[in-house]
Amino acid sequence: MSDTPSQRNPAFVRTEMLPEQAPPATETGIIKWARENLFSGTSNSILTVLSIISIYYIVVSAAPWILNGVWNSASIRECREILEGAAGGCFAVLTERWNQLLFGFKYPNEEYWRPGLAFVLLFVAAAPVMFFKYLPSKMLLFTALYPFLAYWLIWGGPILAPIFALFGFVVGYVVWSQLVTRSFAAGFFGSIVAAALTWWIGGMITSAVAPEETLLSAVPSRDMGGFMLNLILGTVCVSLSIPFGIALALGRQSNMPIIKWICVVFIEFVRGVPLITLLFVANVVLAYFLPPGSNFDLIIRVIIMITAFASAYIAEVIRGGLAALPTGQYEAADSLGLDYPQAMRLIILPQALKISIPGIVNVAVGLFKDTTLVSVISMFDLVGMIRGPILASTEWNGVYWELFGAAAILFFVVCYGISQYSQWLERELATDHR
Amino acid sequence: MKNSVFLGALTVAGLAAGAAAAGTLDDVKARGKLNCGVTTGLVGFAAPDANGEWGGFDVGVCRAVAAAVLGDPTAVEFVPTTGKTRFTALASGEIDMLARNTTWTFSRDVDLKFEFVGINYYDGQGFMVPKDLGVSSAKELDGATVCIQTGTTTELNLADFFRSNSMNYEPVPIETNAEAQQQYLAGACDVYTTDASGLAATRAAFEDPAGHVLLPEIVSKEPLGPLVRHGDNEWGDVVRWTLNALIAAEELGITSANISEMAAEATNNPEINRMMGTEGNLGEMLGLEADWAVKAISAGGNYGELFEKNIGENTPVGLARGLNAQWTDGGLLYSPPFR
Repeated sequence: MSDTPSQRNPAFVRTEMLPEQAPPATETGIIKWARENLFSGTSNSILTVLSIISIYYIVVSAAPWILNGVWNSASIRECREILEGAAGGCFAVLTERWNQLLFGFKYPNEEYWRPGLAFVLLFVAAAPVMFFKYLPSKMLLFTALYPFLAYWLIWGGPILAPIFALFGFVVGYVVWSQLVTRSFAAGFFGSIVAAALTWWIGGMITSAVAPEETLLSAVPSRDMGGFMLNLILGTVCVSLSIPFGIALALGRQSNMPIIKWICVVFIEFVRGVPLITLLFVANVVLAYFLPPGSNFDLIIRVIIMITAFASAYIAEVIRGGLAALPTGQYEAADSLGLDYPQAMRLIILPQALKISIPGIVNVAVGLFKDTTLVSVISMFDLVGMIRGPILASTEWNGVYWELFGAAAILFFVVCYGISQYSQWLERELATDHR
Repeated sequence: MKNSVFLGALTVAGLAAGAAAAGTLDDVKARGKLNCGVTTGLVGFAAPDANGEWGGFDVGVCRAVAAAVLGDPTAVEFVPTTGKTRFTALASGEIDMLARNTTWTFSRDVDLKFEFVGINYYDGQGFMVPKDLGVSSAKELDGATVCIQTGTTTELNLADFFRSNSMNYEPVPIETNAEAQQQYLAGACDVYTTDASGLAATRAAFEDPAGHVLLPEIVSKEPLGPLVRHGDNEWGDVVRWTLNALIAAEELGITSANISEMAAEATNNPEINRMMGTEGNLGEMLGLEADWAVKAISAGGNYGELFEKNIGENTPVGLARGLNAQWTDGGLLYSPPFR
C-alpha cells in the first residue's frame, strides 16, 4: 500500500485546505426553501400558484378599504362625503366610540384608569402562577390579594368591603388549620361557618361606618360593559371553574355514594342544558324568586351560572386525564403509604392535569368567547355594545365590517395568547423522552 | 273540589301579588328614580350617545314621566331590555314601566296581564324596493322574493296580504335587521318588509337612500305604546295622562318654548289652565304636584317636538307624521280632554 502515486512523484502537494465552495444556487437560500416547501411536486406547485392568486386578490380588494379608511368624522354620512364614493372603511366609529367598546357606555370617563390599572396588574398577578418555575413564590402573595384589589379598583366603594371579604377567607383558613387535625368534616364546615360569620359582621360594620365620599367612587354593576365585561367574566369564571372542576372530577370518582351522585347529577344536568338557558335563568327567572327590592347583583348571578357551566366541562376534561393514568400510579401511591389527599396532590393530579392541559385550554378559550352570549340578556359586553347602542345610534347605523372586525381582532389576540401559552406550558412540563 | 281549592289559592296568591305590586307611584317617589325599560338600541327610538346619555323618541316618554313624578327628567334609570326579556322585566317589578316600541295586542294586554296606557307611535308593516325595480304599489309584487324576519308577526301578515291578493312570493328568511340590510343590498331579495319606521331607519343608513322607495301600502296595524303592570291603576293613570299631556300640549299649541309664559299665569283657555295647574286640581287627583304637566312637557317638549327631534323629517330617520299627526290634521292622535 505504500506504492501510492503521491509518494512516487510528489511534484505537487497542497499545503492548505481548499476553501468551502458556495453551494449551488438551487440548494441555498430562498430558492431551496421555495423548492422544498412550495414547489416540491406538481400538485403542490398548483396549490401554491392558486394560493398566491387568491392572496393577491384578497389584498388588492381589501387594501384600499383599509388604506383609504376614514379615521376622523362625526357620522357615517360624513365618512361617505369624505370618501366621495371611493372604497374605504369608516374607522371613525372606532376613534369616536373606542371607550364604549372597551368600557361600556356608562362607566364614568374619568375613572377609566381604574379598570386599566386592574388589567395591567392582572398580568403581575397571573405571572407567578403561569411561570411558576421562573418567578419567586413570594409573588403568589400578590396573586392572592389581587381579586380583592381588582374588585375594589373596578367597582370602587368603601375599601372595608374587600378587606372584610379577604379577612373572612383568612379566618376560614385559620379555623380550618386548627380543626382539620381532629377531623376533616369539622375543619371543612367550621371554616365555612367562621368565614360566613366574619362576612356577616364585616358587612354590618362596613354599612355602619361607610363614609359618604369614598376614596374611589362606587360604580354599580349595571354600568359595566364593553370588552372589560368580557374580560371580567372570562377571567373570573375560568379561574373559579378550574378548582371547582378538579373537585367535581375527584368527587365523581369518589367511593362515597352521596358525594359521587351529587357530582354526577350536577355535571350531567349542567352539561345537558345550553349556556344561554342558564343565562336566562340568571337574568329573568331568579328575579321572581327573590323578594321584591332585593338586589342580587346581575354580574354575580351571571358569574355563578357561567362558572357552573364551565366547571362541569372542565370536570369531564380532568376525569379524562385521571382515567388516562395507569392503575399502577394509584397503587404506587397506596404502597408508599400516602393517604388520599397526599396521593392526589403529589402523584395523581400533577400527571392528570398535565395530560388535561389542551382540554382545559380548549374549554377556557370557548368559555371566553361564550361570554359574548350575555348580550342576549341585555348586558352590554363588546358584542352587545356593537349590536345595541352603537349600531342603533343615528350616526353609526350601517357600519358593520369595521366594528365587528375590531371585535374579532380583540378576541383573537386574547385567544391566540392563551393558546400559545398552553403550548409553551406543555413543552415546559414534558418530562417524558420522545 | 280540589280544583276549586286550587283556584282559591291562586286567587289569594293573585290578590297578594296585586297588593304587593300596588303603590308603584309611592315606590318611585321613595326611590327618587324611575326604572324605565327601553330597547337595547333602536335608531331614533332609544340609544345612548357617545357620552352614554340615552336619547330617542321612547326615551322622551320615560323622561316626561320622570319629570311629572319626580320633577327631574334625568331621574331615570334606563334598563335596557331585549325582545325576550322585556315582559319578564316588567312583570317581576324590575322596571316600573316599559317604553320599548311594543305592539299593543290582545294577548299581551289580557293574557300577559299588562296595561297599555296609550299609543305613542302608530306603525304598520310596509315594503321597501329598489327604485330600479320600477314598482309603485305592493299589488305589483307578484312572484317577488321577499326578505322577512322569521318568527315575527310580519311573516304572518305577509302571507295574509299575498293570499288575499292572490299573488305568489318567495320568502328569504333572515334573523336580524342587520342581516336583512346586507341581504337586501346584496340583491338576495327584491323586497324587504318590516315595520315602516324600521324600513325608514334602515333606508336612512344606506349609501344611496334615494335609490330605494317605500311602497304606499301598509298591510298591518302595529300600535306601539308604553305599558305598565296590571293591577296598579293609580300608576297606570300617571303614565297614561303624562302621555296624553304631551299629545294635548301639541294640539293646544303648548311648546317647550312658550310653556313658561303659559304656566306663569292663567290664560284665556281653561283647558290649558287646568293642564298647567293654574286652575283646578288635576295634579292632586293623580297624586302629583300641581305643575306636573308643565314639568313633563318641559322635559323634552310636546309630542310634536319629540317627534321632530328624534324621528322627524329633518333627522336621518326621516319619518313623516302620517298617521301620527294630530286628529285635527288628519292623523290618529287624539287625547281625551283634561277636565
